[in-house]
Amino acid sequence: MLILTCPCCGVTGEETEFHAGGEAHLTRFGPGSTDDDFESYLFMRENPKGVHFERWRHVYGCGKWFHAARCTTTLEVFGTYPAQTLAPPQELCDAISAKRPGWSWRALS
Amino acid sequence: MSKAVTALGGAVNADGIAAIAEVPLQGMITLRGDLAASAVKAAAQSAAGVAVPGPGQANCTGDSGLCWMSPDELLVLCPYGDVSDHVQRMQDSLGDVHALAVDVSDARASFTVTGPHARDVMAKLAPVDFHPDAFQSGMFRRTRMAQVPVAFWMRDSDSFQIICFRSQARYVFDLLSVAAQNGSAVSIF
Ligand SMILES: [Zn+2]
Repeated sequence: MLILTCPCCGVTGEETEFHAGGEAHLTRFGPGSTDDDFESYLFMRENPKGVHFERWRHVYGCGKWFHAARCTTTLEVFGTYPAQTLAPPQELCDAISAKRPGWSWRALS
Repeated sequence: MSKAVTALGGAVNADGIAAIAEVPLQGMITLRGDLAASAVKAAAQSAAGVAVPGPGQANCTGDSGLCWMSPDELLVLCPYGDVSDHVQRMQDSLGDVHALAVDVSDARASFTVTGPHARDVMAKLAPVDFHPDAFQSGMFRRTRMAQVPVAFWMRDSDSFQIICFRSQARYVFDLLSVAAQNGSAVSIF
């Protein structure tokens, strides 16, 4: 079971208090975009074994959205960070590197 | 003018390891806005008569108080009959400040769980650490009980007050009653 700490209200709870919101840091392509961009925005997702970045919502708590970095094989949560950002903070990436040397996710590593 | 009643008409279950009781009509006002803004703080304090609590805290005495709901939301508790006056006064004092004050008294139900085994009963239902070192008087938590969202705080060392949606009042009361059945004490705390 995942143990997540909400960066908005500070509560640490288990995953049943939260709701998963899918992959993090998607770039939205809407009307006027190319078919390829629109298709990849709608359908193409990472499916990593290991380090993954996701959106979560503290649905039974403060109600806010945030980001989480976790390991899909061990369910270890490396950290959480605010929703209002386009990429994970460098400290978090460094912490993941210390635990999972050589990790990569999209263009991050 | 219709006669206001609570969801379960003052239901009580005092037969188990903790006493479950529905709270009489309780005034509740949701106040949303920038909690650091002095106008928002002043509006909350004037209605509740207490200081704004920090994250994860409730500041309640009797049927008045303030509960920290989220980074931009407070729950103002006040006597049921005072709600419309308070909402009007809060809206007047907030003026142009980007904030919202709404009467939610009749959208909610509230229960108390009281007795030396109150922590046992709560711990069976919510995924929260209820150890006396971890959850103490004045602390406030929004979470779930079984399958529904709730909020609760500790009023003193052996008494909790719970707030849930009115439509789920019977579910929550029955949950608490089952969790408080005689002979079901876990006595882990
Ligand atoms: Zn939260």
